[in-house]
Amino acid sequence: MNNESYQKYYVPDQSPWPIVGAVALFFIAMGAGLFVMDMDKEQSGWGGYMLLLGIAILFFMLYGWFKNVVDESMSGLYSAQMDRSFKQGMSWFIVSEIMFFAALFGALFYARMIAIPWLGGASNNEMTGAILWPDFSAVWPLLTTPGGTETQAMGWGLPAINTTILVISSITLHFAHTGLEQNKRKQLTTMLLVTLILGVIFLGLQGYEYVHAYRDLGLRLDSGIYGNTFFILTGFHGIHVALGAIILFFVFLRVLKGHFTPEKHFAFQAGAWYWHFVDVVWLIVFFVVYVL
Amino acid sequence: MSTVTTADHHDEHHDHKPTGIKRWLFTTNHKDIGSMYLIFALVMFFIGGAMAMVIRLELFQPGLQFVDPQFFNQMTTVHGLIMVFGAVMPAFTGLANWMIPMMIGAPDMALPRMNNWSFWILPFAFLILLITLFMPGGGPDFGWTFYAPLSTTYSNDTTALFVFSVHIMGISSIMGAINVIVTIVNMRAPGMTWMKMPLFVWTWLITAFLLIMVMPVLAGVVTMVLTDKYFATSFFDAAGGGDPVLFQHIFWFFGHPEVYIMILPAFGIVSAIVPTFARKKLFGYASMVYATASIAILSFLVWAHHMFTTGMPVFATLFFMYTTMLIAVPTGVKVFNWVATMWRGAMTFEVPMMFALAFIVLFTIGGLSGVMLAITPADFQYHDTYFVVAHFHYVLVSGAVFSIVAAAYYWLPKWTGHMYDEKLGQLHFWCSLISVNLLFFPMHFVGLAGMPRRIPDYALQFADFNAFISVGGFLFGLSQLIFVWVIIKCARGGEKATAQVWEGAEGLEWEVPSPAPYHTFGTPPQIK
Repeated sequence: MNNESYQKYYVPDQSPWPIVGAVALFFIAMGAGLFVMDMDKEQSGWGGYMLLLGIAILFFMLYGWFKNVVDESMSGLYSAQMDRSFKQGMSWFIVSEIMFFAALFGALFYARMIAIPWLGGASNNEMTGAILWPDFSAVWPLLTTPGGTETQAMGWGLPAINTTILVISSITLHFAHTGLEQNKRKQLTTMLLVTLILGVIFLGLQGYEYVHAYRDLGLRLDSGIYGNTFFILTGFHGIHVALGAIILFFVFLRVLKGHFTPEKHFAFQAGAWYWHFVDVVWLIVFFVVYVL
Repeated sequence: MSTVTTADHHDEHHDHKPTGIKRWLFTTNHKDIGSMYLIFALVMFFIGGAMAMVIRLELFQPGLQFVDPQFFNQMTTVHGLIMVFGAVMPAFTGLANWMIPMMIGAPDMALPRMNNWSFWILPFAFLILLITLFMPGGGPDFGWTFYAPLSTTYSNDTTALFVFSVHIMGISSIMGAINVIVTIVNMRAPGMTWMKMPLFVWTWLITAFLLIMVMPVLAGVVTMVLTDKYFATSFFDAAGGGDPVLFQHIFWFFGHPEVYIMILPAFGIVSAIVPTFARKKLFGYASMVYATASIAILSFLVWAHHMFTTGMPVFATLFFMYTTMLIAVPTGVKVFNWVATMWRGAMTFEVPMMFALAFIVLFTIGGLSGVMLAITPADFQYHDTYFVVAHFHYVLVSGAVFSIVAAAYYWLPKWTGHMYDEKLGQLHFWCSLISVNLLFFPMHFVGLAGMPRRIPDYALQFADFNAFISVGGFLFGLSQLIFVWVIIKCARGGEKATAQVWEGAEGLEWEVPSPAPYHTFGTPPQIK
């Protein structure tokens, strides 16, 4: 940041998108809350419509906001310093995502290593086990809860295939990136497309696995702590893969339009970072949820 | 509108302000957004304060007089949520928005549009929270800590709205924190090296880091509360293999760093004010930076000291007891440095300095009762009594809130271009100082004698103290009206402020005119 390299930092003029985004989040939060509250009622309220409206406004906002940013970027308003702001912002966003998953992994760790042994009478809880849950055996996966709900464990055959798919997709994305940096546009487009297809296949297989869990194994969101942690971890991971795929899809459209240069391609990089991040989360999910 | 404009366009209209409501809705200006955060925080301070008045009214006498227990519980809960997430945190974010770009010589925050989004989410989030109070079944009534199973099995129907409102508050905080970090890391003027940054910038950098680390954990735990209540999961239910104590672990992993989020910027403010009015450089600048960082790191290792009575292995309680006591060391370094800064200084006692001095004394009292609470066996006695209430109100009201008020008096001339009314300010200070102690000091005694918190009724022997506390509470509430009066008066006019405002003030923000121009440091200043 010495003075010679100083370029003017672009401070955008007024923008309507933030307030539109705030209204969108209001409808999403209010709608989702009302929707969940009315789920088990005879007559469902208008929470669901509110939620859909919020999502629609959010997409409208994202489209408008990103259009502005892309236009600004294409007309060369962004200095190197601006680019750093975006990159650092994206990195810290990923840090916050890591902490979100850390909370979920922490819940799994606690349930498995502390809560369940204690329910079975470990540590100084012998009487808890003996008096409250005499028939309970503390094992993992917890197929029979202290309350008596039963389920079956998920195998790790299909997830192993899924792991391979995601790892390969990370590698193809890396090749797309090198393609971009060396200005080999064809390599960039094909590799990015392959990544996207692999991501969609992953999501499809996850969906198939969920059907299998519900229909064949009786493994449900409400089948005790094993089902809880299974679905919350794989579910939130799946949502993140879907989000990553959406980001990469729009990056792909921009690639087709000829955007990005070997030097400046923040949007591509952000999408790629995000994709690698969900890949790493998956590796942890694979080991702690399925294998161990 | 954010159509494409060239950089030159900005230069031509350097101090052009958009007008009307659009200025506030569509703004990308850190000063506008800072002002909105501060005004919002003040409004929420009075809404949350009104709830505290309801609580003190009910507790004025033993027995149930004014509100039913269910509503009393909603008042304690929403009072806590509003004061933490709606008053103290947005006030600090507002100060960060206003001051950090000026202090480091940046043209604005790094991501100005996202900055506006962060702000505008908040009014909507609190609208949702407040709406629940008027819905069938009422609002959240499980305490701001929403312990399971109070928030899952036994909570009322509107819990889902509480959960989603917390979610969007969290989104706002995380985006705000990202903006602060990126601004500080990437936008400092040439020559503004790390160890030249004002302490307010340092403390906010570390606060923003804490926010990014723990707000997602809060999001995780409210999500689990949501699924436990509405989707039949059993994270916090032993019958399904979960554990209610798991809730407390995750919540306090967020909650303890959260309380430092509410005090670290206060340290930065006091470290700015004391040197100005002592007319000396801050004593031990580097040690202040390291102490702040140490407190932040330790804050991740102390969470279970909120849970000594919930049943943990002895080894764990000992670990958390010692790490908690360790926090007293860097905090002591800070208090020592402030005192040493004043030592043989040429002191004057304008309102910001008075509040800063009150902060140092009263925050230290709150800190010392914190050390008492950290002692596991003693905590068995203090846990969930009014002693705890006294402790955290000393650090949050006479700590965090006093520092925010001090900051407002200190920087008001820079914001408005006018000096505030010193006489009224002093009146505000003395009324606040006396009433805050009438209000919170006797809580130590009733707490030690065993009065439980969050209960609308109490045993007869606590009656005199409680009447006394309530009177203190009403006086404190009334005193804050003087503050509003001072702010309005100062915004409307008054003696012209100079650029430097305070004789001993140093730093970039005192080199721009008062009021600060709409855009400052379009070209970065040179720092020697």
